[in-house]
Amino acid sequence: MITNRSFRLRLTFWSLSRRRSRLLVALTGVTAGATVLLGLLTLCYDLPRQLGREFRAYGANLVLVASGTGRLTVSDIQKAQALWPENKTVGVTPFRYESVRNRLRPYTAVGTDFEQVRKTSPFWHLTGKWPEEPGELLVGADIAENTDLKPDSFVTLDGRNKKQERYEKDFRIVGTLATGGPEDGFLFMTLSDLEQMTGETGEADLAEVSLTMDEAALSALTGIIKSSISGLEGRLVTKVTYSETAVLSKLTYLVYLVTLVVLALTMICVTTTMMTVVLERRKEIGLKKALGAESSRVGREFLAEGLLIGVLGGLLGSLGGLLFSRIITISVFGRALMPQFYLIPVTVLVMVLVTIVACRAPVKKAVAVDPALVLRGE
Amino acid sequence: MSAILEIQNVSKIYGGVKALQNIQLLVPQGQWLAVMGPSGSGKTTLMNIIGCLDTPTSGRVIMDGLDLGSLSHSGLTAIRRESIGLIFQEFHLISYLTALENVMVAQYYHSLVDENEALEALAGVGLKERAKHLPRQLSGGEQQRVCIARALINHPKVILADEPTGNLDETNERLVMFILHRLHKQGSTIIMVTHAPDVAAHAERIIVLEHGRLASDRENNPVVSQPSEQKSADSRAEELNQNQKSEESFLAGTMAAV
Ligand SMILES: Nc1ncnc2c1ncn2[C@@H]1O[C@H](COP(=O)(O)OP(=O)(O)OP(=O)(O)O)[C@@H](O)[C@H]1O
Ligand SMILES: [Mg+2]
Repeated sequence: MITNRSFRLRLTFWSLSRRRSRLLVALTGVTAGATVLLGLLTLCYDLPRQLGREFRAYGANLVLVASGTGRLTVSDIQKAQALWPENKTVGVTPFRYESVRNRLRPYTAVGTDFEQVRKTSPFWHLTGKWPEEPGELLVGADIAENTDLKPDSFVTLDGRNKKQERYEKDFRIVGTLATGGPEDGFLFMTLSDLEQMTGETGEADLAEVSLTMDEAALSALTGIIKSSISGLEGRLVTKVTYSETAVLSKLTYLVYLVTLVVLALTMICVTTTMMTVVLERRKEIGLKKALGAESSRVGREFLAEGLLIGVLGGLLGSLGGLLFSRIITISVFGRALMPQFYLIPVTVLVMVLVTIVACRAPVKKAVAVDPALVLRGE
Repeated sequence: MSAILEIQNVSKIYGGVKALQNIQLLVPQGQWLAVMGPSGSGKTTLMNIIGCLDTPTSGRVIMDGLDLGSLSHSGLTAIRRESIGLIFQEFHLISYLTALENVMVAQYYHSLVDENEALEALAGVGLKERAKHLPRQLSGGEQQRVCIARALINHPKVILADEPTGNLDETNERLVMFILHRLHKQGSTIIMVTHAPDVAAHAERIIVLEHGRLASDRENNPVVSQPSEQKSADSRAEELNQNQKSEESFLAGTMAAV
């Protein structure tokens, strides 16, 4: 049996479903708005994470050093690594510097882990190949240019360790390194070659750490490091972290701004469509009032149609938004993001609010329609 | 006979236009009144005021003992809902609702929807088979009958019809007049605006407006009470029956009533 309540629902439903063209315009507007809203909200949520990874191309954002005058130990570095989540780690690269000589000329030799270097300093430009076998050496671009330490030649490095014992080791130069920084004046070998050459093991001068964390999280982390491991200190590479934070906050701001603009456009779309609908249906509104409907009731009916459009558009747009943000992150960042399902009800709610506000003027107009027009037949 | 409607010295002025001037009118319960007059003479204005769709600039309108001037906006809305049945020249059916739903809309805004009662009302105007059709699937005459069914569904005290046959051909005009006759027989008060003398001839009383004034007011012998008219109506009904078999019973009923 049809009750008044179900008749009201059917009135709203029929009004929309049997007058599809108008519904489609308003629905498309709301759907598009919801798509962009959910898409951008998802991006906003994911942007720091995604961009954090991108930013890591600019190098380490944390440096571990000894807090006193001594050196770091490799085991301290390992202990520190337990202090941050594994999945935030891009790379941890130890560096150890040693003064060496070649045919009486002094050089700085650097022992490191080349696999990690490629993660923490992706911008290092290599000609040739990375040292892998024992006895392989990289030379900085400046050295390669100004001395006869050229790729593919053999060199013997010598020096004295802390105990003043003399050491000597043969290397083959397998590549040249250009960074535009002080690295261009250094010689690079694996840490184990350096340890073997000097006979001193388990030490480093610093470790460069690249983490997908923002400035605030990193500063918090330095505090933890300091209190957890004595003799070890973490320092932010402020040049990197500061610009990351600045870029991120600007981007986020921009995304919110775009979202606002899109919501405003949606609102305008809904308002104009509903305005047209009210104008088109003046006769119908007048008729309902002539039949004895209170103006407020007619207004509420229009609002109900608007709300239905808001909910439907919000739901459709949410699905669109999930797809949209997925496509964007895949094409821009090369990886998919986790869909944030809680954003769906948020989006629907926002769209409902948007349609309520958008329907204000049209509903007012509907309430003001003069029922006398049904007999006047303009 | 008691007066269902009393119009005392009513004037309506739109800006500078005097649409109605000092109208005095007493309509007894159950009367069929035709309102005639040239275009712009104030016929629709008068209907709007009687139908509580508009208020007079001055004067009093008393319907069924109630002074309309004392009513608020929503009070007038309630009178429209409870006491007035409107029949329009342009039908004003809601385009996205079926015939049945259009009738139910009037129930919905009045009190409670009742599908069976609405179907019965449609059967009463010969449209039972067309209940599920949308207005655009109905002829003008059929649409007007839906409009009439909708006007009657809440048992109004007064039926207002502004040019009810203005958009209809002769055949449909006759059908509508049959229905009005039946209503009149059943005791409804009918106030009907028309330009056409042969339509007005169905009423018991004809008033003529000119420049917003009541120019004439006379009794009339309704045409269909004449036997010759009855006979020709019969033969017309037969014609219709051939075209619209489904409406046989309706027409038979109508003829009996007439
Ligand atoms: N809302 C309005 N504003 C201004 N003038 C109006 C309004 N409604 C009616 N009028 C004027 O009042 C006068 C009477 O109009 P009304 O519609 O009552 O005439 P009518 O007798 O119904 O004419 P028709 O036969 O053409 O329908 C006309 O001069 C008309 O222009
Ligand atoms: Mg008129």
